[in-house]
Amino acid sequence: MITYLEAIREAMWEEMKDDETVFIMGQDVGVYGGAFKITEGFLAEFGPDRVIDTPISEAAIVGAAIGAAHMGLKPVCEMQFIDFIAPAFDMIVNFAAKVRYRTGVGAGLVIRGPCGGGARAGPFHSQNVESYFANVAGLKMVAPATAHDAKGLLKAAIRDPDPVLYFEHKFLYRRIKEELPGGKILVPIGKARTHREGDDLTLVTYGAMVYKAEEAAELVAREDGAGVEILDLRSLRPLDIDAIVTSVKRTGRLLIVHEAPRFGGLAGEITAQVCEEAFEWLDAPIRRVTALDTPVPYSPPLEDYYLPQTEDIVTAARWLLAY
Amino acid sequence: MYRFLILTRGLEERFERLFKQGKIVGGLYRSLGQEATAVGSAMALRDGDWLAPSIRDLGALLVRGLDPCDSLLQYMARDGSLCAGKDNTNHFTVPDLGILGPVSPLGTQLCVLNGVALAFKKRGEPRVCMTYQGEGATRTGASHEGLAFAAALRLPIVVIVEHNRWAFSTRSTSVAAVAEWTDTARAYGMPAIGVDGNDVVAVYEASIEAVDRARAGGGPAMIVAETYRMLGHAQHDPQTYVPPEELGQWRARDPIPRFARDLLEAGRATEDTLRAIRDEVEAELDRAVDRALAAGMPDASQARTRAYAEPEPDVTPWTRTSPVGYADLEVLADSEALRRGSVVEGAP
Repeated sequence: MITYLEAIREAMWEEMKDDETVFIMGQDVGVYGGAFKITEGFLAEFGPDRVIDTPISEAAIVGAAIGAAHMGLKPVCEMQFIDFIAPAFDMIVNFAAKVRYRTGVGAGLVIRGPCGGGARAGPFHSQNVESYFANVAGLKMVAPATAHDAKGLLKAAIRDPDPVLYFEHKFLYRRIKEELPGGKILVPIGKARTHREGDDLTLVTYGAMVYKAEEAAELVAREDGAGVEILDLRSLRPLDIDAIVTSVKRTGRLLIVHEAPRFGGLAGEITAQVCEEAFEWLDAPIRRVTALDTPVPYSPPLEDYYLPQTEDIVTAARWLLAY
Repeated sequence: MYRFLILTRGLEERFERLFKQGKIVGGLYRSLGQEATAVGSAMALRDGDWLAPSIRDLGALLVRGLDPCDSLLQYMARDGSLCAGKDNTNHFTVPDLGILGPVSPLGTQLCVLNGVALAFKKRGEPRVCMTYQGEGATRTGASHEGLAFAAALRLPIVVIVEHNRWAFSTRSTSVAAVAEWTDTARAYGMPAIGVDGNDVVAVYEASIEAVDRARAGGGPAMIVAETYRMLGHAQHDPQTYVPPEELGQWRARDPIPRFARDLLEAGRATEDTLRAIRDEVEAELDRAVDRALAAGMPDASQARTRAYAEPEPDVTPWTRTSPVGYADLEVLADSEALRRGSVVEGAP
């Protein structure tokens, strides 16, 4: 059994063993082994040329990753918390994302970091930042929910020729444990996963919300006898719209759950695409369950109120099923 | 050296002519008066080194081997230009020439070029990077982070600060409280050399020193070139905020006649040899302009390509079908098809 956190670590370890062009940059990733100990032991194994402790300069880290990628290296940048990706925003959206389109020279690099709430960590250590970047062509974004996908998606991200933002949910780090198959795991970017099958309602989600969705689906199955199909997106861009549409055409109902705030969130984009692709198949309006449109609050009762909870999902599912 | 100076100025003069004829797409940024800084510094590099220019470094790109025709195609947004019509000015990356294209947010190319230098260092290759910033750009966060990063990791990179007195319309003394611009580098433990940026030989000598040091593993350095922006920020800017007497003083320090005079006085060239170089450059530029004007515009559908190595799935092509004339849209709007989805195949 390995944890979600160990899966991330294994992915980087294997890729660094197999490919000497892969290297890590970030704050406290070397001597300390990363704020969450994901890179513990990496410095001893791979040396300071491949595990680089940097200044607290996110723009400089991402900038250097772009240049190194141009030279054929495969950088993996750690944001100590994904919230701190904001200081690198210019480098990501104006340089990394656009460089292939503008110049024909790509920048295959990975920016990974812990995202998400539930850790009582306040407004600057709890955010989900995917919406900030969803509008930027040239970027890919993944958000694994399982240890299997954490490993397989990170390996795929490292091998990808384009910049990939890898959002690892800190709430899942040590809570998720799985038996992983032997051999190499590679999960293709851009493919959703059916987490649970059902015929009455399609529930699209990702990250830690997969588990709250599962609790809700269990409850609805038990008490209402309804089948909820859960699609775990895994990749946020490119979006596996085919998988969503296929499921919606079968169930006729769509509920989207995400931990990021509602306004401008991915649920809006998914809603629009489903309306364009499968409006005729819908038996009910599309509904969203998301975080509040506020910063992430700190105190436990506030944060619990802010985050989507199982009962919110159950309520929305029942509303749709009754439609 | 003389050839690159007049090639730079001559090419920019062609740009300006084409701009007035409406053939340049978008803004045109000239380096008049600053050519010696760009040319003298880039000549200190070797094959295999990399350079990231700022907007007034056409001379450095020509020294790296940029074909003037490519620069013309780029400014005219033509088919076959280095950015394929997707970006403007000097924003192209040409790995074979060791050119890294900048983007418009200033100072950022330093951070990216750091990564190229990091790759050189990791591989133990004796290669060097050079990049440029106006003094205005040295006030950006990217510039400060880039300098700190380069210094901390002792990267083989030379930063040329072009102190041309103006950031668009803002005087350098009003945005920085440093007496000496080289102090910025010293704050990061990086050596800095001040140099007369209008003296091409002085720029070259300072650059050789910094480049050799970086190549030998001595880490980054900054060169602050004192120069002057003789025209507005771009063609749209008449530079009314610049005192005419100040322009006059700097016109007397024009780097090109100055270098020609030095060459003649030192007996290293004759009027005839300089004239022969000028004639040769003129003919080269005529040919380049003819070639560039012969190129067509890119096909509109190229706008879709190359955002990713593998294209994203195009889920709703009907929303962006190209080209659709207005007449077609009216037909569509009238059609039953849009009013009701009954034509959707397989719909319940």
